Amino acid sequence: MKEIVIDPITRLEGHGKIVIKLDENGEVQKALLQIPELRGFEKFLVGRTAEDAPQITPRICGVCPWAHHMASTKALDDLFKVDPPEPAKKIREFIYNVFMLEDHAIHFYVLAGPDFIVGPKAPKEERNIVGIIKKLGVDLVKNIIVTRKKLRNLEQLLGGKITHPVMGLPGGVAKPLSEDDWKICYETSKEALEFAKFTLETFKNVVLSNDEYVDLIKSDAYTHKTYYMGLVDEKNQVNFYDGKIRVVDPDGNEYVKFDAKNYLDHMAEHVEPWTYVRFTYLKGVGWKGFVDGKDSGIFSVAPLARLNAADGMATPMAQEAYKEFYETLGGKPVHHTLAFHWARVIEMVYAAERMMELIEDPDIKDPNVRKLPEATPDVGIGVVEAPRGTLIHHYETDGKGIIKKANLIVATQNNSARMVLSIEKAAKSLIHGGKVDDGILNMIEMAFRAYDPCHACATHSLPGSMPLIVRIYDKDDNLIKEIRRD
Amino acid sequence: MSKPKVALYWCASCGGCEEATVDLTERLFDLIEAVDIVFWPIAMDFKREDLEKMEDGSIDIAIINGGIRLEEHEEMVKLLRRKSKIVIAYGSCAHLGGIPGLANAYPREEILKFAYEEAPTVINPDKVRPMKKVTIDGMEFELPEFLEYLKPLDEVIDVDYYIPGCPPTPDLTWEAISKLLSGEIPPKGHVFGSDKSLCHECPLNETKPDEIRLEELKRPHQVILDRSKCYLAQGVLCMGPVTRGGCEALCIKGGMPCTGCFGPLDGVYNQGAKALSFLASVIDIEDEEKYREMLEKLGFDPIGWFFRYSLAKGMIYRKKRDGE
Amino acid sequence: MSDGDGFEPTIVVFACHWCTYQAINLAGTSRMKYPPNVRVIRVMCSGRVDPQFVIEAFKNGADGVLVAGCHPGDCHYVNGNMKTMRRTVMLEKLLQDMGIEKERFRREWISAAEAKKWVEVVTEMVEQVRKLGPLKLAEKREVVMNE
Repeated sequence: MKEIVIDPITRLEGHGKIVIKLDENGEVQKALLQIPELRGFEKFLVGRTAEDAPQITPRICGVCPWAHHMASTKALDDLFKVDPPEPAKKIREFIYNVFMLEDHAIHFYVLAGPDFIVGPKAPKEERNIVGIIKKLGVDLVKNIIVTRKKLRNLEQLLGGKITHPVMGLPGGVAKPLSEDDWKICYETSKEALEFAKFTLETFKNVVLSNDEYVDLIKSDAYTHKTYYMGLVDEKNQVNFYDGKIRVVDPDGNEYVKFDAKNYLDHMAEHVEPWTYVRFTYLKGVGWKGFVDGKDSGIFSVAPLARLNAADGMATPMAQEAYKEFYETLGGKPVHHTLAFHWARVIEMVYAAERMMELIEDPDIKDPNVRKLPEATPDVGIGVVEAPRGTLIHHYETDGKGIIKKANLIVATQNNSARMVLSIEKAAKSLIHGGKVDDGILNMIEMAFRAYDPCHACATHSLPGSMPLIVRIYDKDDNLIKEIRRD
Repeated sequence: MSKPKVALYWCASCGGCEEATVDLTERLFDLIEAVDIVFWPIAMDFKREDLEKMEDGSIDIAIINGGIRLEEHEEMVKLLRRKSKIVIAYGSCAHLGGIPGLANAYPREEILKFAYEEAPTVINPDKVRPMKKVTIDGMEFELPEFLEYLKPLDEVIDVDYYIPGCPPTPDLTWEAISKLLSGEIPPKGHVFGSDKSLCHECPLNETKPDEIRLEELKRPHQVILDRSKCYLAQGVLCMGPVTRGGCEALCIKGGMPCTGCFGPLDGVYNQGAKALSFLASVIDIEDEEKYREMLEKLGFDPIGWFFRYSLAKGMIYRKKRDGE
Repeated sequence: MSDGDGFEPTIVVFACHWCTYQAINLAGTSRMKYPPNVRVIRVMCSGRVDPQFVIEAFKNGADGVLVAGCHPGDCHYVNGNMKTMRRTVMLEKLLQDMGIEKERFRREWISAAEAKKWVEVVTEMVEQVRKLGPLKLAEKREVVMNE
């Protein structure tokens, strides 16, 4: 029994490792993605005054703090049974789409982009932002960085801080949108729309026009037939801020659609002794182990899942891109993991169009942005679509709003079971006769990179590769080979 | 003249401190030009063995964020301390334990029990728990040890400087690092940022009365604050008076009171206790019954309000007495 | 839990100079017996007691802490004890949330003439804390991860 240990995996929340066990013929017997991370947020929220939750929970993740901030704030609306005034909801949805756009952008250009823009088999020194600069030009890259910064400046303007915002309160937001701030938001929204359109064009020119890439996307090594979950509005279109949770089965038929308030009826968590992460699954189908298919409760979230679970996009350009997506890939649902990247870009277009819709609505400047809660707090459940998937915050409090119990279903964990499937399938397809090299490492990497697991602070990855060491031990635990990826 | 060597490392971190560094934007590229980054696990593939091979003291500055939560973190920071001339604790978690330090109010067993057994979505009849070592189908797998409680950086290694904040602002980060690189070395133990409380840089400072006398306290969701006047004077807790300034008062400008992330002022060890003292002082109730009633009716969370970022520092961990 | 093997608790007492400390003196000169388990720290006013002192006392080995000063209305510095009142009420909740039993922290108003009250308070407190045993917060949290 040989063992290959890939440690650490970066671009996951906390630290992670992949351990691959080979049999005597060098074939993969088992490959496990182990996540050693737990900080105890659900426990230490107990005893806290509920209105502090929107500022405490973003500390789960400094890359997607807005997702937690928003889910938490909505849970508070529910907790105090207070419906915010329309202007407040519009401000919230506007800034939330700003966040989705800039977060997706950084993942696409700096994490995922290199694999397609430069190529999955390109030399590793070029599989990074530097390679993109070479291929597409430095002005372009500067524009990307400047646009992202402008979007983040809006987050500071409306939310107080970019990382760990303060705006959310039950019943509204802390401050209205002033005329001056509106002007900045408006100008930036226009630029953002151009930027999103450009990103989609780039994806089409670089990826879709390349048959090799399209084949790779469609290849079986990266395909799993699971259920898909996402938030949809009344027309079953994708919405990041609000809606009902909809799940489709591997054939694309609606399996269930429910209000987040009833999530306990439909979602459950499974525990394994070899990892700290808990695996969510569909309660109605049941936990059948790490397998895909209609009989397994494993489901997927985030861009590909959202597009699969919906009937379309709510804005025109995104809708066109949505139709093209399914036409190219052979109809709904799409099961190809690498298609996450394309779906992510389509969502960028939707986010930018939605931003425009909201900022052009004169109602958004209305100063009435707070409604004081009156009801006695009890239970509150809030949901949003984080960049990385459906995110649920659930708080139970005493009559004074002191939290007695908290349950969080955190986006990435909804993909964690499917990620395990992806790693094992990729390893089994790619490693034969005990042979491992740099190309193979990158291909395994691509299997989970597509999910954009939380903590992807993408702009830190200056080199093209995730740092990997692969050590191969013989059955007596002697190190016989070490491959480093530099 | 070779470039100064810089190492960056993260312990139990949310990634916000990394984002703060990235928000340097153009200045990040300047920084990368000016220094030699010799260790940065997030971005570069230098491994632990590379660090071990370096000469002791050969790294000029090590910037470490996150709290010490895993055995692995403890080992890595001790290694970095040996190899570095200067160690900076970056961000609230490294400085004071941060928000994840709130877990220190609960026994580790309770944290694990809720996560793996009691959470309403968990279905785990066999009470399976993550294990340090587990055998599956004859194959062995390991997980790193979880420490009893989270520690700030200076409870594990000697720390030279602190850059506070959750996260620190890009401007403060730039100011601190450029100072150190230019040779302007402050006294050891210096915490960057202002040496005055947040009140001094708060845009609402002029509206703060000389004497604050509150007849009752309110929670932020119970009032609509007049954003042109001192929030504390309106009856909500603002940690500004007991918090180090230097953050540009971003939360105040966002319409919400300060929650204390820059930590205490010089000379104060326990920010939470100081905050309790200050709030008790500005409340103007002399009848004990009435005071107790007010707090009871309000809903009062001293740990979350006063110790949100600093519980790991302020918590009571009993030391052993002589003879034990 | 309780330690029957001769555990002697240590109670740190912050006593205000004008009232409680005088009461302690009076108890002494009157030959009134009270447990030797107290470590008395004289402060000019109970309002001088920073909550940090209470926390440091527990951190450094105190099994119990008592803050004692003048009755409301009698403070030598007019309203120093009002601050004491408000701080100690908040401290009660804080210490409870930190896992410290409520018998271990107490605040009393003891005037200069009330030597008897001093004796009663301190005797009762020592007994209650003796029953609770030494403050063992760190041990409370000791867990061994499944092997």
